[in-house]
Amino acid sequence: MLSIKNIHANIDGKQILKGINLEIKAGEVHAIMGPNGSGKSTLSSVLAGREEYEVTEGEVEFLGKDLLSLPAEDRAREGLFLAFQYPVEIPGVSTTNFIKAAVNEKRKYLGQDPLDAVSFLKMMKEKMAMVEINQSLLSRSINEGFSGGEKKRNEVFQMAMLEPKLAILDETDSGLDIDALRIVANGINKLRSSDRAILLITHYQRLLDYIQPDFVHVLYKGKIVKSGTKELALELEERGYDFITEAADMANL
Amino acid sequence: MNVSYFKDQFQQLQTGNDSAHVAALRTGSFGTFDQKGLPTTKLEEWKYTNISSLFDKDYQISPLADKTALLAAAIEEIQLPGNADANVLYFVNGRYEPSLSILKSASEDLQVMPLLEAASAGFQEIIDQHLGESSAYLKDGIHALNTSFITDAVFVHVPPGKELRHPVYIYHLADAQHQAILTQPRSLVYVSKRAKIQIVETFRTLGTQDSFSNAVMEVVVAQDATLEYYKLQNDAAHTSQVSSTHIHQIGKSHVHTVTISLNGGLLRNNLNMILDAEGNETHLYGLSLLKGKTHVDNHTLIDNKHPNCFSNQLYKNIADDSSTGIFSGRIIVQPDAQKTNAYQSNKNIILSDQATINAKPQLEIFADDVKCSHGCTVGQLDEEALFYLRARGISKELAEVLLLQAFATDILEQVKIDPLRQHIETLIQQHLSIQ
Repeated sequence: MLSIKNIHANIDGKQILKGINLEIKAGEVHAIMGPNGSGKSTLSSVLAGREEYEVTEGEVEFLGKDLLSLPAEDRAREGLFLAFQYPVEIPGVSTTNFIKAAVNEKRKYLGQDPLDAVSFLKMMKEKMAMVEINQSLLSRSINEGFSGGEKKRNEVFQMAMLEPKLAILDETDSGLDIDALRIVANGINKLRSSDRAILLITHYQRLLDYIQPDFVHVLYKGKIVKSGTKELALELEERGYDFITEAADMANL
Repeated sequence: MNVSYFKDQFQQLQTGNDSAHVAALRTGSFGTFDQKGLPTTKLEEWKYTNISSLFDKDYQISPLADKTALLAAAIEEIQLPGNADANVLYFVNGRYEPSLSILKSASEDLQVMPLLEAASAGFQEIIDQHLGESSAYLKDGIHALNTSFITDAVFVHVPPGKELRHPVYIYHLADAQHQAILTQPRSLVYVSKRAKIQIVETFRTLGTQDSFSNAVMEVVVAQDATLEYYKLQNDAAHTSQVSSTHIHQIGKSHVHTVTISLNGGLLRNNLNMILDAEGNETHLYGLSLLKGKTHVDNHTLIDNKHPNCFSNQLYKNIADDSSTGIFSGRIIVQPDAQKTNAYQSNKNIILSDQATINAKPQLEIFADDVKCSHGCTVGQLDEEALFYLRARGISKELAEVLLLQAFATDILEQVKIDPLRQHIETLIQQHLSIQ
C-alpha cells in the first residue's frame, strides 16, 4: 500500500530525514519509535503534505500513485489520514459541518454522490458510538475548548468517518491519561481491517500494549536504524533507546 | 461642484412653514459649510479618506422623482427579508416619502411623520432640544452641508413604555439612471423611557451614474430604553456615502449596533455614542468584507460623560484585492466618568498584497479610576487551521472560505432580527465564494 523509498527531507535548510525506506502492506500495523528529534514528526508531515518540508530525494508510492506530487487534500481523498499530535482549535467552524464537507469532498473525488442529510446523520451516530465520543462535542466548533483526550478522540472519530486506507497516528498517546488512552486505543482497534494499514508514530511503548503492532521500527537521526516485531518494543521499554542509538552512532564512525 | 453651486441650491431651498429653530439651524450650518468647505485629508479625522474627488463632478441634489415608478423598479432588489413584518419607511433621492410608508405597529406605539410636521404634532420641544446636536461632535463641512439642507426629513417617536414588536426598516432609494445624484437624507429618532426599537437602514441606487449619499441620523435614547440599530451597506461600486449616526443616551439605557459593509465605492461611517447618564451601556459591532476598490472607513466615537458606563466595540475587516479598510475608534472618558469600562477591539484579515488596513485607536482618558482597553490584530488566515482542513480532504479554496466565514460569525451573531441575520449570512457566503 505504501512504499517509501530513500526519502530525504529538510525544513528551513536543515536536513531531517536522511534516507527512509519503508514498506507497508494492507492490514498491517507498523510502529515507528525513536528519541526526540529523530524525525518522527517530519516523516508524518512529509507524508501528509505539509508544504514547509522539502523532499530533496526519494519517492513515495501510495496505492500505486506518486504521493509527493499530490496536494494535501488529494492525499486525504486518496485515503491517507493523519491524526495530529496537536489538533488545532478552529473557532467558528462547526465540527459537524466540517466532517460533512470532508466526507462529501472525498465522495466527489471518487465520483460518488454526496451523502444526504439522513444517511450522514446515521453514519455519524454509528461512528460516535464506536469511538465513544459525545454528541455535545460535535455540535461545537472544531476542537474548541476540548481537553487533550477529547481532541484525540475527535481525531479517531474523523478517522472513523473518513474510512481511510492508511491512517498515520502521530503521537496519539501524548498527553493522555490511562482512561483516555484506553478509549482512544479501543476506537483505533475497531478500525483495524485487512484492507487498512496503520502507522503509529510514538515515543513511548505504552500505546503498543493496547494496539499490537506487526512491525516496529526505530527512527534515529533521520534514518530507520532497526526493525523488528513487537518484541523490539518491549526490549526498548526495558533497555531504553541507548543500545540502539549507540550502535548506530558507532556504525557511522 | 463647489461651494458656490451649493450656495445657489441653498438659496433656492423652499423653506415654507419651518419653525424658527430649523431655519436658524440651516442658516447657521450653511455658514459653517461656507467657511470650512469640504473636509480634506489634512484634517486628522479625514486623513485616510479623501472625498474631494467625489466632488469633481456635478450632481443633481436630491431631485424630486417619480417615486412610485422608481419603487416599482427597485422593490425586488431593495426589500429585505422580514419586510412583511416591519414598519417600512422610504427615502427617495434623500427625501422621506410618507406616502410610501407602511406602518405595522399601532399609532399609539409608533409615530412617524415628516420632521417639519413634528413641531405641530406636539414634538416641538424634542426638536428644539435635539435636532442638530450632532454638530457639536461632527464639526466638519460635510456634516454641516446635510444640516443646511434639511427639508424632507423624518421624525420617528416611540412613546414611553412601548416596546415595538415590529422593526423599523428604512430604505434609501436613489435614482442615478440619468444623472449623477447627491442625496442628503436626515432622520431624528426619539426613543422614550422604557421604550424599545429596532432600526434597520439600507441603501440602493438604481442606474449606473454616480450616487453619493450624505446621510445623518440623530437618535435620542431615554432612561431604561433599548435601541438596536443595524446598517447594511450593499450597494453598487459606483455608489458612495458619508453616513453619520449620532446616538445620545440621555438616560441609563442600552444600545446595540451592527454595521455591515459588503459593497460600495467610498463608504464613511461615523458612529457616535454619547453616554450622557450614569450606567449607560453600548455595544458597537462592525464587519466589512472589502473587495475591488471598495474603501470603508469606520469612525466611532464614545463619549463617557458620567460614571459607571460600559461600552464594547468589535470591528472586523476582511480586505481583498485593492480595497481599504479603516477603523478609527475614539473613546473619551471625561473627568467625572469614574468606573468607566470601555473595551475596543479591531481584527483584520488581509488577503492580497494591494489591500490596506488602517487602524487607529484613540483613548482620551481624563478620569483616574477606569478600565479601558484597545487591541488590534492584522494578519492572514491561520496556516495551521488551513492545513488541518486540507488534511481532511477539503480543498484549499473551501478551507479559506470556511475560515473567513468563521471569522465573520461572531459579528453576524449580533444581528438579532432573524430573517435579516439569515439574509446577511447568505450575502456573506456569496461574497466569500466568488474567487
